[in-house]
Amino acid sequence: MAFAHLLEVDDIHSHLAVKDGTVRAVDGVSFKVDAGETLGIVGESGSGKSMTALSIMRLLPRSGSIVQGKVTFKGRVLTELSEDEMEAIRGTEIAMIFQDPMTSLNPVYRTGWQVGEPLRIHRHVDTRTSIRAAADLFQKVGIPDASKRVTQFPHMFSGGMRQRAMIAMGLSTSPSLLIADEPTTALDVTIQAQILELLRTLNRDYGTATILITHNLGVVAGMCDRVIVMYAGRVVEQGRTEDVFARPEHPYTWSLLRSIPRLDADEHEPLKPIDGSPPDMVRLPAGCKFTPRCPFAIPRCAAEEPELLTVRDQLSRCWVTQAGATLDGDQGG
Amino acid sequence: MATKVAEAREGHSASGWTPAQPLVEVRGLRTWFPVRSGVISRVVGQVRAVDGVDLDIRQGETLGLVGESGCGKSTLGRSILRLVQPTAGEVRFKGQDLLRLGSRAMRRTRREMAIIFQDPFASLDPRQTVADILGEALDIHHLARTGRARKERVSELLGLVGLSTDFAGRYPHEFSGGQRQRIGIARALAVDPSFIVCDEPISALDVSIQAQIINLLEQLQEKFHLTYLFIAHDLSVVKHISDRIAVMYVGKVVEVSAAKDLYRQPKHPYTGSLLSAIPIPDPRLERRRERIILKGDVASPLNPPSGCRFRTRCFKAQPRCAETEPPLDTVNLGDHKAACYYPLS
Repeated sequence: MAFAHLLEVDDIHSHLAVKDGTVRAVDGVSFKVDAGETLGIVGESGSGKSMTALSIMRLLPRSGSIVQGKVTFKGRVLTELSEDEMEAIRGTEIAMIFQDPMTSLNPVYRTGWQVGEPLRIHRHVDTRTSIRAAADLFQKVGIPDASKRVTQFPHMFSGGMRQRAMIAMGLSTSPSLLIADEPTTALDVTIQAQILELLRTLNRDYGTATILITHNLGVVAGMCDRVIVMYAGRVVEQGRTEDVFARPEHPYTWSLLRSIPRLDADEHEPLKPIDGSPPDMVRLPAGCKFTPRCPFAIPRCAAEEPELLTVRDQLSRCWVTQAGATLDGDQGG
Repeated sequence: MATKVAEAREGHSASGWTPAQPLVEVRGLRTWFPVRSGVISRVVGQVRAVDGVDLDIRQGETLGLVGESGCGKSTLGRSILRLVQPTAGEVRFKGQDLLRLGSRAMRRTRREMAIIFQDPFASLDPRQTVADILGEALDIHHLARTGRARKERVSELLGLVGLSTDFAGRYPHEFSGGQRQRIGIARALAVDPSFIVCDEPISALDVSIQAQIINLLEQLQEKFHLTYLFIAHDLSVVKHISDRIAVMYVGKVVEVSAAKDLYRQPKHPYTGSLLSAIPIPDPRLERRRERIILKGDVASPLNPPSGCRFRTRCFKAQPRCAETEPPLDTVNLGDHKAACYYPLS
């Protein structure tokens, strides 16, 4: 079947019911992912990055629902499939790994049995074959002693090994899209480096397209071809990773990049923090949601929300840069 | 009260300590936790969380302490304050060995020390107002004689950490993560300490808030001449805030040096790999970087390897590394020391 893009997310709106109202967790998000590419989604907690992923997978929590929009994967509209059809895609074509490998594995089943499960369900192989396949997968993701490890229970695995096991399970059916939601946030840096290296290898060797969700700009810099920056449920900037890092066109991206301490910084200068706090998602301000913290804001920003439009090499949701102004190093901070 | 504290800070303690000497001297410190098992809770092993650490913290500096989870960095911080009881060794604060102080003397000395925790929500009592939280430390150490003095001090503390005085009557749940950490910092300042252990103070905060808190800690340090032990796993943050950095691996300090030198010329292979594992937010640089990807996982503090504890993951390990443990001054460039027989050049 011919299709223009592997995945197309088109104007998705997902809402969550909370105690004091409705959270528009994802508020009109659109993007595309092509076969073999790695797309980064960055944002802080509450920015809607995980909810976007869960909307694609149709795995929103009970209090949440997709109220508008369309997700198309390989030409099939996921948002219109029955639950059974969706389940078949989840297990085989799109895999997802989560932040916390401690809670994603069931403690009472042997790891090999769990990792082989998608094969038994979706490929209808027998238990013995599935466990043998799990051992092969363990080897692929760098778990030593694979044939012994498949007989062990999750508590005998370290955090890094559990995340490898989760990746192995995700890969068992050779999916064409892997969604990794903060896959290394719970891990130590040397283990994070191992897992990122593994994801890089898988992407190169198997051409698995990857959506990498993270709050770590350094991880995006090293991993992603393109990046989406989210704030308050919206995409505020989108572009090729090099362009966005070299010349951010949204003040949020710009401020974020300036606020983080860098290992390669030569001189000690005070950091340039972003004022204020992340927005209260139940009571969002009118206009651009970043206005209260924005060093570049003009009166129009508080009144009217800008669209996501092309600014030079990328897309930006900002009146200031859309009007042609550049984000200057001496303002703000 | 302020003058009394100032006197104490400048004056000389009974042990003959002068401000030219390290504020904190840690010698041969061990903190082991017994592992019990079975119906009679027999001790079946020891977690050697801190296993023979020598470390100086100089007056007015920020000493960064980095390492991966389970390396013992938090336990070391807490052992120095005697919030956990060390198994052996010495912690001299202004020349006085804290581990040999009686409880009354310890309480008096502890007024000069404070700690800031990682999770400001878990470390603040949800049923206390901000004024209660801050006032508690004042009450314990009898630092506010009248209700009015207490109220004034609470307002002063809130001002110091950039919070409105109106917040005094509110509860922790009404605040954002960054504001809660400011309250945690105000509580630490309440006793007017000279030494603060910052235990992962920004790890739980949103990226856009972290810089605010780091800058606040730096401003307060300058204003009150504070000495910090800054514990964190994020080396880029530690490098930014620290004058010197100590790197821990499985209960041991394996390298200590000025922050700049550690980044430019790491000597211990573990430090080198830790540095190379930290992603730099610059795509052109990050893609060109040479990476050292370590094999395997961190060794267990329950049963650390013989000799150098890092040898099981080390790319430079030789037979000698398994035989005897290299002392911290195996590489000794004055202020830069590393526990390695085959250091990086």
